[in-house]
Amino acid sequence: MLGFIVKRLMWMIPSLFVVSFLAFVLIQLPPGDYVTTYIATLAASNEIVDQTAAADLRARFGLDQPFIVQYAMWVTGIVTRGDFGLSFEWQQPVSGLIWERMAFTLLVTGSTLLLTWALAFPIGVYSAVRQYSIGDYFFTFLGFLGLAIPSFLLALVMMYIAVVEFGQEVGGLFSDRFVNAPWSWAKVEDLLKHLWVPVVILATNGTASLIRIMRANMLDELHRPYVTTARAKGLSEFRLLVKYPCRLAINPFISTIGWLLPNLISGALIVGVVLSLPTAGPLLLQALMAQDMYLAGAFILLMCGLTLIGTLISDILLALVDPRIRLE
Amino acid sequence: MSDTAAAAPAVDRNAARFAAASQWRLMWWSFRRHKLAMIGLFVTLAIYIVALAPDFFSVSDPIRQNARSVYHPPQIGLLHFFDEGSFRPHVYGMTLRRDPVTLAPTFVPDPSRKIYLGLFVQGYEYNLLGLFPVETHLFGPVDPRQNIYLFGADRLGRDVWSRIMAGAQISMSIGLVGVFMSLLIGIVLGGISGYYGGGIDFAIQRTIEFILALPQIPIWLALAAALPQNWPATYTYFMITVILSLVGWAQLARVVRGRFLSLRTEDFVVAARLDGASEMRIIFRQMLPSFMSHIVASVTLAIPAMILAETALSFLGLGLQPPVVSWGVLLREAQNVRSIATAPWLFAPGAAVVIAVLALNFLGDGLRDAADPYQK
Repeated sequence: MLGFIVKRLMWMIPSLFVVSFLAFVLIQLPPGDYVTTYIATLAASNEIVDQTAAADLRARFGLDQPFIVQYAMWVTGIVTRGDFGLSFEWQQPVSGLIWERMAFTLLVTGSTLLLTWALAFPIGVYSAVRQYSIGDYFFTFLGFLGLAIPSFLLALVMMYIAVVEFGQEVGGLFSDRFVNAPWSWAKVEDLLKHLWVPVVILATNGTASLIRIMRANMLDELHRPYVTTARAKGLSEFRLLVKYPCRLAINPFISTIGWLLPNLISGALIVGVVLSLPTAGPLLLQALMAQDMYLAGAFILLMCGLTLIGTLISDILLALVDPRIRLE
Repeated sequence: MSDTAAAAPAVDRNAARFAAASQWRLMWWSFRRHKLAMIGLFVTLAIYIVALAPDFFSVSDPIRQNARSVYHPPQIGLLHFFDEGSFRPHVYGMTLRRDPVTLAPTFVPDPSRKIYLGLFVQGYEYNLLGLFPVETHLFGPVDPRQNIYLFGADRLGRDVWSRIMAGAQISMSIGLVGVFMSLLIGIVLGGISGYYGGGIDFAIQRTIEFILALPQIPIWLALAAALPQNWPATYTYFMITVILSLVGWAQLARVVRGRFLSLRTEDFVVAARLDGASEMRIIFRQMLPSFMSHIVASVTLAIPAMILAETALSFLGLGLQPPVVSWGVLLREAQNVRSIATAPWLFAPGAAVVIAVLALNFLGDGLRDAADPYQK
């Protein structure tokens, strides 16, 4: 088991390296750099920046170095000092801007994951055990709908209902008076009151696909001979379900963290923009639009890193649950 | 039907029919039993027909602005089929009133002003399939000077119904083109990976796993942000499909690889190899036809993901840009609470997305179940 974990951890090193390189390539892709954008902004207000000033600016930000040198400087800064570079637009270190946003992103996606499991597990089991019942059809239909509605559309509809029916605006994670307040119980309570909206929106999509997976897994197991044996021995139906088929059917369930998390991060980005949450999404979008490359790069790196870690956790959990995998 | 013989020969005949039927015929029989999939097939076909000639289904020019119909409410509720006992479809016109105090504009239905509708009426001129100049539309007001807004109008007074029709062309085609490109990459890389195995397989597999582990939207956004804003619309359209397929190929490559792996050791493939068939012949004559159906099913299930991705990108403002009309671009109009509170009909393009995605999902599910007719 330890060997498996060590081997899996070793894989993280090249993966993280590739991710960091990818993030850097992505932020270098747009033609021109921040200085070009900066000059264009100044030119729009009739200020002219001469060539030497532009070169000075480039030298100060290290933008005149070759690509690979810039990358090396960037990565070294992150690894050794936790320094993600400077946000040109905000004129302050990126590391000061991202952590709170990433923490809220993690909070939203983490709660969504928990809700998804809490909903999908019982519903999936129910749909399989009562196959072709009205309840099964109902949840299958709901599942298809959940897969077909883009999360941002759901967020918009929720906002519309809140405004028209209840006369209040949803959005953000805090009420106005708590946004800048120090942490307190009242603030946590306020957070919970706001948190459920994005969490429910995001959970719809993942729950829909998880229910279908769980249902298919359970259907595969329910007709196995060991289930019949257990039933013949007089085990109550509920205990039988929980004790045998559920334990087997839960395997692929765990591995879903691997693909659910990337989807959740993607979804959280858009929902964050629509509901103007203090998460990474809106800031990343803004940074991409303004070509604030270090800020955008840091977010892309952290989001990708987060999903890689999620895959790692799901692989290790899977190996813990199923001995066949770690012996492979 | 003349053969109303005894039951036994009929069963025999059925069995014989079954044994003699080609693989595609068997798949069609098995597909036909799937009711939702059949509905999905018809809806998908209908949407693609609209996408072929959106102007024919439009009522007014989707880019024509009209200052007098800003946020004109939908008239679909004012649609009547009978006029004084005879069949004459019409809608009530709406009159613009201003609140005497706030001067806010409101539209009031006016039952005395009937706008008669007809089939194959003359309207604005457009190019059918980009070839022939035509003025005929499927339906619309009989009098071309009248305007109707079945699904309302947006903030510039443009007809939402006509814009949804126009958006179908871009949104549906971007799904097809994007999936086609993903399929090209997927078949090449997945094929190499599954057919040769070994080191190449290992490398490609790790790449696929890596790509699948990344969150797609941030990467798409970063790639789309790199596109110059002043490019012509066709360039942007093409690049967006390339961007979508750069991330989207991994899933398809995985399907192709799995199929290659399982077929590699099948008897008929081994037999062909022993007969001295060339590798190209084995791949294209023996293996490809036998997993074509699975590919078709996977592709159908991949299209909705592409459509949703394009919608999300355009909605966030980093995909297609107006004046190009796609469902995502249209939903940008519904971005803030104020505009959807005054004009909830701006959600209509979202309904179009949901219907298209649902239809394609049902169709794809049916195809996947029918893909292997020899099962059971």
